[in-house]
Amino acid sequence: MSTGVGVGDVLDLLGAFLVLLGCFLCFAAALGLLRFPDVVSRMHAATKPQTLGLILLAGGVELSLRSWAAFGTLVLIGALQLTTAPVSAHLVGRTVYRTDQVRHDLLARDDLATDLKAAGFELGPAPEDGTGPADDDSRLS
Amino acid sequence: MNPVHTAVLVMVGLGALLLVAAATLTIARMARGPSSLDRVVAADVLVAVVIATLAAEAIVNDHATTLPVMLVLSLLGFAGAVSIARFVAERDLAVRWRDSDRPDQGQQ
Repeated sequence: MSTGVGVGDVLDLLGAFLVLLGCFLCFAAALGLLRFPDVVSRMHAATKPQTLGLILLAGGVELSLRSWAAFGTLVLIGALQLTTAPVSAHLVGRTVYRTDQVRHDLLARDDLATDLKAAGFELGPAPEDGTGPADDDSRLS
Repeated sequence: MNPVHTAVLVMVGLGALLLVAAATLTIARMARGPSSLDRVVAADVLVAVVIATLAAEAIVNDHATTLPVMLVLSLLGFAGAVSIARFVAERDLAVRWRDSDRPDQGQQ
């Protein structure tokens, strides 16, 4: 550090490293998206780059740009993503559960089913042949 | 060539490779489906990958012109996911969701 490496250089390196980390999270999410068995577990993988990854990227960009204008926009990006991601994930998860695309055999416990049963609801029977939950999705196509 | 700049370029280049792989895998999931909700989730991830690409490009070229684009994209993913989730719900909910005395199929 005595060879004329300034604070700006360190911040540049740190910013690039944060962006690299964010890119790695994107890759991990894509891998999970391809390999996980049902929609709910794929959603689990997909949320990584949407929140943590985006915040890492915003931090990396700010560390290398070092301007207040960029800071404002990046904080706005992070805040909007943190408030909208749970909403969309909730809606998608709700639709997944109600259209019976959850692999019940992979669940350790299903609190929602207990609560719904107590409230008098029951997930409708799979059509015709099947007793198990549908995971071929032929009815949704 | 400034060694710090080279290091930054190497790191962002590695990140770009990861992003290309991520986009490819995500598009594979989007093509394979099987349900439209899988595609929605994959589209969300693809939007995140595009945002990451814009961030990496902003770092390499040291400019802030793509930041508003990142802002719009982060909202666009939300709008798409919500509207498609509602669309699927409206099509399937009424048929599949009912009162019944059938034993719970969710039990293992």
